[in-house]
Amino acid sequence: MVLKSVEKTRRETLAMAAIAGLAAILAPRLSLADEQAVAVEIKKLYGDKKFESGKIKLDVPEIAENGLVVPVNVDIESPMTDADYVKSVHVFAEGNPLPAVVSYRFTPACGKASASTRMRLAETQNIVCIAEMSNGKLHMAKANVKVTIGGCGG
Amino acid sequence: MISRRDFLQATAAASALTIGSGLGPLGRAAAQQRLTQADILRFDPLGTVTILYVADTHAQLMPLHFREPSVNLGVGEVKGMPPHLTDAEFRSYFKIAAGSADAFALTADDFISLAKNYGRMGGMDRIATLIGAVRAERGDDKVLLLDGGDSWQGSWTSLQTKAQDMVDVMSSLKLDAMVGHWEFTYGAERVKQIADSAPFAFLAQNIRDNEWQEPVFEARKMFERGGATIAVIGQALPRTAVANPRWMFPNWEFGIREDDIQKQVDEARAAGASIVVLLSHNGFDVDRKLAGRVKGLDVILTAHTHDAMPGLIKVGNTVLVATGSHGKFVSRLDIEVKDKQVADIRFKLMPVFADAIKPDPAMTALVEKVRAPFAKDLAREIGKTDSLLYRRGNFNGTFDDLICNAMMSERDAEIVLSPGFRWGGTLIPGDAITWEQITNATAITYPNCYRNQMTGIQIKEVLEDVADNIFHPDPYFQGGGDMVRMGGMGYAIDISKPMGSRISGMTHLGSGKPIEASKTYTVSGWASINENTQGPPIWDVVAAHVAKVSTVRIEPNTAVKVTGA
Repeated sequence: MVLKSVEKTRRETLAMAAIAGLAAILAPRLSLADEQAVAVEIKKLYGDKKFESGKIKLDVPEIAENGLVVPVNVDIESPMTDADYVKSVHVFAEGNPLPAVVSYRFTPACGKASASTRMRLAETQNIVCIAEMSNGKLHMAKANVKVTIGGCGG
Repeated sequence: MISRRDFLQATAAASALTIGSGLGPLGRAAAQQRLTQADILRFDPLGTVTILYVADTHAQLMPLHFREPSVNLGVGEVKGMPPHLTDAEFRSYFKIAAGSADAFALTADDFISLAKNYGRMGGMDRIATLIGAVRAERGDDKVLLLDGGDSWQGSWTSLQTKAQDMVDVMSSLKLDAMVGHWEFTYGAERVKQIADSAPFAFLAQNIRDNEWQEPVFEARKMFERGGATIAVIGQALPRTAVANPRWMFPNWEFGIREDDIQKQVDEARAAGASIVVLLSHNGFDVDRKLAGRVKGLDVILTAHTHDAMPGLIKVGNTVLVATGSHGKFVSRLDIEVKDKQVADIRFKLMPVFADAIKPDPAMTALVEKVRAPFAKDLAREIGKTDSLLYRRGNFNGTFDDLICNAMMSERDAEIVLSPGFRWGGTLIPGDAITWEQITNATAITYPNCYRNQMTGIQIKEVLEDVADNIFHPDPYFQGGGDMVRMGGMGYAIDISKPMGSRISGMTHLGSGKPIEASKTYTVSGWASINENTQGPPIWDVVAAHVAKVSTVRIEPNTAVKVTGA
């Protein structure tokens, strides 16, 4: 598991400053969620190869309950036989200073290609998951996770 | 995208007419007539199963006024669709005559004069009468009574008894099952204690222990009524851990968990259910989206957003019921089952007009008993109001203006924030402001009124975050209640813009100057979701202010300019 490292999440900072009555120290704003940085990382891995949709079930909450530990579950549809299996899965967070968060490698012996982890997300951003199949095909899925200060729920 | 096929049908706009709930294009003279208990109960029965449904009573044991919103904006695909209709548009959609009893119950304009004519609504002893009458008509073995949650919080007595008053009352009503949201703000231990010992089921398919992902509560319960098997699947507010203090239930995870609802539906069908009901605290727009994605739900009993609609909304083969709040309505659904499937549904939103309905004596006695230890406090008169004091509306309410004024003066703040809660009674001009009225608008388990410093940019970020919780075009990304209320500051909001660019024109009302991004302002607020928030409880702040001004008068609030609606 690779955890993202930032000093303090936006949720914490805002909640603390705005709601809790502590001294207001505004942490430096993180750079905007960077789609480009993820594209660069993917290009390093797979060049200009085309991605298809489908096959990937990327299960993330729409709204993070705790930005420090956001559950991320990936499940790739595959028979996982010697002839047809998932070779590797990579997960990226567009808002992470280092966007490559975690990579998994699979063999047919794994039986199924699924994995779970928890990521630290400082602000609302897209999570990108790509899967490389044994036949060379590539799949991609994307999901938005909202990180909010919360409160005011009526 | 909601297709034409899925389009919301106000089936009851038509069917309610025939059922004779007093709805319909009546003349003005007829419209002013009050309903009788017989009018309210009149129903052409159908099939062998009746579901009675209440939600969001917010622990209101006594009749009260509750003014529905005059501003309730929908965004994205649901813009201009019910329940995002108010006043004349709402009446036109549901074919309600202006000035009628239903207009008073369901819309906001002309509230003061109609309140004087029609009187208060709700009261658990009146609700008990309606429930008792339907049970007597149909037979106990045909009736299922369900509560959509937010029933344990919202009054001084529920707060002081940690919901025991409501547990006793709902047990006495012979409630079959409920779900939760504000219930969880009594803390994990207390909620588990009640859930494990109460005579009704406390259902939540979408709460998991966050270490092992094990279910915390029973997900669904099967009931036999009128010869049919009914599966009731419980859904807690998916955003409870974001909207309310997570530290009060630190080991629980929520979320919508659509796939798990589908599993519950499929298991229930396999186990022989003829009727599958989602008892849901998702909020109306979330449930409408969900109804188009989860297959096999016959009925979604919606809650959380406090919408009251005198018609069913249909999405595919699923009907959605919005039963209102504060005990103002009891919904009745009669269901006919043929070949283990729902063949027909008939619905009525029964308005609980306190003056029309004879109180159930046993419930009157129980309510008196649970209130007795606090009766002296509740009745204590702090001041009076010359203005209509109400809560609901997307951007402000006059009761919130009062709370904001109280924080400005009692906490010596330049800018104040008050949460956009949807609960709390309405007072009409001339009403006394008692301790009960103040706590009906403030009784929560994290009431501390903080005072601190914030920069302009921080205030903007708070507003942007809260606005996105209400106006995100995808309801699955919405989280909150109404917009946070501001005192001492005005702003403009374009609700059609994306997160981060909705708010502009922030103005410090005291000086008339624009809010500066880097300048520090003294800010006060309450209902912080953070642990160990310091400050006096908000009810003391409001009471001190009301006592000083004696007669409350709220000037029209024009501090928020809304566009993009």
